[in-house]
Amino acid sequence: MHTKVSLKKRKDREGFLYIVPWLVGVVCFQIGPILISLVLSFTKYSLFAPPTFIGIRNYVDMFRDELFSQSTKVTMKYVLLSVPCKILFALAVALIMNQKIKAVNFYRTIYYIPSIFGSSIAVSILWKRLFVKDGVVNILLARMGIEGPSWLGNPVWVVPILALMSVWQFGSSMVIFLAGLKQIPVSLYESASVDGAGKIRQFFAITLPGIMPLMTYNLMMQTINAFQVFATPYTIYDGTGGPLNAGLVYVSYLYRNGFQYFNIGYSSALSWMLLVMISVTALLIHFVDKSVNSLEG
Amino acid sequence: MVTTNRLLKSFVTHALIILFGIVMIYPIVWLFFAAFKPSSEVLTSPMLLPTRFMPSNFVNGWKLVRPLQFGHFLMNSFILVSFCVVGSILISLFTGYGFARFGFSGKNVLFTVLFLTIMMPATTTMISKYVIFTKLGWLNTYLPFAVPAFLGVGVGGGFFIFLVCQFIKGIPRELDEAAKIDGCSSLGILLHLILPLSKSALFSVAIFAFLWNWDDFQNQLLYLSNIKTYTVPLALRSTIDVGGADNWGAIMAMSFVSMLPAIILFFSLQQYFVEGIASTGIKG
Repeated sequence: MHTKVSLKKRKDREGFLYIVPWLVGVVCFQIGPILISLVLSFTKYSLFAPPTFIGIRNYVDMFRDELFSQSTKVTMKYVLLSVPCKILFALAVALIMNQKIKAVNFYRTIYYIPSIFGSSIAVSILWKRLFVKDGVVNILLARMGIEGPSWLGNPVWVVPILALMSVWQFGSSMVIFLAGLKQIPVSLYESASVDGAGKIRQFFAITLPGIMPLMTYNLMMQTINAFQVFATPYTIYDGTGGPLNAGLVYVSYLYRNGFQYFNIGYSSALSWMLLVMISVTALLIHFVDKSVNSLEG
Repeated sequence: MVTTNRLLKSFVTHALIILFGIVMIYPIVWLFFAAFKPSSEVLTSPMLLPTRFMPSNFVNGWKLVRPLQFGHFLMNSFILVSFCVVGSILISLFTGYGFARFGFSGKNVLFTVLFLTIMMPATTTMISKYVIFTKLGWLNTYLPFAVPAFLGVGVGGGFFIFLVCQFIKGIPRELDEAAKIDGCSSLGILLHLILPLSKSALFSVAIFAFLWNWDDFQNQLLYLSNIKTYTVPLALRSTIDVGGADNWGAIMAMSFVSMLPAIILFFSLQQYFVEGIASTGIKG
């Protein structure tokens, strides 16, 4: 008995060795850097001279910094517009793709293609060419007799056009929803139709509860990603904020402070503020999800 | 009457799906054809086919970022990405095995940490990592990409470990026991039993590690400022700066080249895409 226990212990210790490299990585490149940026956020630091401690001044400065509030507003707008649209879209398409339609695999492939390029520079260049004042989209609109606005030059349209690109790449969310829809037993729908429940009733009573965990998951991941949007606005506006800073997303502003002004202290404070904003939003999603679940009992 | 109704309904459904598919795919197809168009047409023509076929765009694009050629940047991207792919495969195999098959103390806490690293916004550590890599003298090398990838904390690191771990959990433990009776050590079981059986999960890891690192503009922008170390995304972005109105054909041609690896991977390995995403739920 005694030898058996110690044998198991030895095996477990051996198992721990397999995750040691990863643990080293987490300490050196995740936990360490998070703590370092917290410390740096209380300093004035330019990389070239040693940091000096200035207390919470960076955080106080933030609330007087107009570009901080502007970039936060732009990013919030982007998150609120892109994430719900993308998820509703992904769900709607997944529901259609889940029907018994011929050639459904082919359609799924077509819909997924834009997503394989992510936020690559090529796609950002493409978006700029499509939506520039006398670009392809406006020429197409003109043929239909509509005069298109300056999509990228008019502050009103900047965020919607950026969000449109994110919605266009709904493929991953769609595939996740599809995997969930396939898990729902067909017998549930059959017995519901026997009981006389219509399609809409079935959707709210069976489909939606069935994919709720995936809905939360998609919502969470897409929100975290959307808060950090950078490559596309940065490429389209070539590092500037665009018209009236309407395209100045949070990470662009953070990047500017860190790597153009070398305000390492202030940009560390900005990065912690972003972590707080994302965490609060993620917790909010978590609690809403929990209360919805408890309502359904 | 019922059947005609059904036929009509099915026809309308298909027509809508196809129409919507065309809208989805049009920008990409437009870009591919734009790579063969004269520059003036890139700016103004919504049509797909070029009036004049210009393969010379590729020749001009190849030399667009002076003094180097585009092949140099492609090579750099391939080198960087290869390190990340190999690193991601190794670390996710070992760490996934550790989590899936052993019961060491603190495992639950560490598994929660793994989840947190997946959720953790990379932006939070952007500044401090830059400071660290500067102090280490790693700027303008590929170490800031390769080292974190080999330790499972690079782009997608947490996802890959989770994906492989879930996959290994699905392999029957009886196989392990049988191998142990035959005298296999735990490392032997991993290499001779688990590794061959997890090939498809590792394949998914390889594909996504390739794509995400290939397109990882943000980190490359931070750590690579010497043009000799430039990767494809950085070179492509600098073409916009040098691009006058008559360079757009060449820029489109190089955009096309930069997208080719993703296209080839997607069309040759489609099933791994879907499996990889569906089994863990992946960002994107």
